Amino acid sequence: MKEEIPDTEIISRVLGGETDAFAELVKRYQHYVFTLALRFTHHREDAEEVAQDIFVKAYRSLSDFRGTAKFSTWLYTIVYTTSITFLRKKRLSTTSIDDEGTFIELENQDSGFKANLVEQKSRTASLNKAINMLSADDAQIITLFYKAEQSLEEIGRILGLEPNTVKVRLHRARQRLKEKIEKHLRHEIYSVHND
Amino acid sequence: MDTRQIEEKLWEYIDGISNKVERLDIEVLLETKPEWKLKYDELLQLHQMIHSTELEEPSMRFTQNVMEEITKYHVAPATRTYLNKKIIYGIGGFFVAMIVGLLIYSFAQLDLSSGNTSSGISINFSKIEWNKLWNNGYTNIFMMINVVLALMLLDKYLDKRKRNEA
Repeated sequence: MKEEIPDTEIISRVLGGETDAFAELVKRYQHYVFTLALRFTHHREDAEEVAQDIFVKAYRSLSDFRGTAKFSTWLYTIVYTTSITFLRKKRLSTTSIDDEGTFIELENQDSGFKANLVEQKSRTASLNKAINMLSADDAQIITLFYKAEQSLEEIGRILGLEPNTVKVRLHRARQRLKEKIEKHLRHEIYSVHND
Repeated sequence: MDTRQIEEKLWEYIDGISNKVERLDIEVLLETKPEWKLKYDELLQLHQMIHSTELEEPSMRFTQNVMEEITKYHVAPATRTYLNKKIIYGIGGFFVAMIVGLLIYSFAQLDLSSGNTSSGISINFSKIEWNKLWNNGYTNIFMMINVVLALMLLDKYLDKRKRNEA
């Protein structure tokens, strides 16, 4: 089985003038970066634009990566700052989406969720829909912890918070996610999960 | 212990961040207290569900688009290379020199000879020309720089506190 080249080695190659090697980093992290960007923007087109911008910024400042943290942690810091800047520019609200009207709007936006999808896809879509109902901060922290496999300390570094604060926020985010599921998507998610 | 505290303990247990003693305590509670077990099963189900979700996929051309975009740019030199430490030390030295200079200048304005008290060292504060000191252009510039630096520091501190409290 072919072993994965470490990120640091790819970075050294890029810094050494092998620009094409950067494509490997993009392929490796595009899903994480795109998902995190989508948690902020709620629109695929915007998320794609933001994600592209993030990789360009990462490329341009690659020589600033010192290797003291994981490359992913460094990259997610850029994700966070770029997404926040994007939101400020777009003047989008990052507060929790609690009202039913917005819920319906979100449901309609999510073209990927269809009743005839296979079970796993259906559950993922429903859960992603529930995560998208959270505030950007809550959704971000859940995605970083569960999908991007960042520790509490690493999330703290990305968001500029103390690890203890991250722990409290993660608890709250999961609590709010549970509430959203129970309020809006209980049947969709739990029926599929228990099948 | 209320529901919220139970949930916090259980999340720590599920995340694997509780210590050995806490883990053992929770394991006993899970075996003996049905409400703990019920809550644990509920949280574990949510935990497993979030784990099992898939990441969103960008368009097929995403990598290609990024690679096309980066051809327009070059990797910027590392910040640490153009932020030379000598320059930072130089700026620091400049400020220290300013403070020392200001102190020397201030003390030079004092009339130490005209006071006459039994304590040995006497300063006649009425003789100090405060107006001359505070209306000095250099003093004002120095004070302005310090005010700006203090505001920046305060802003950074408040921002960090706000983030931690949120």
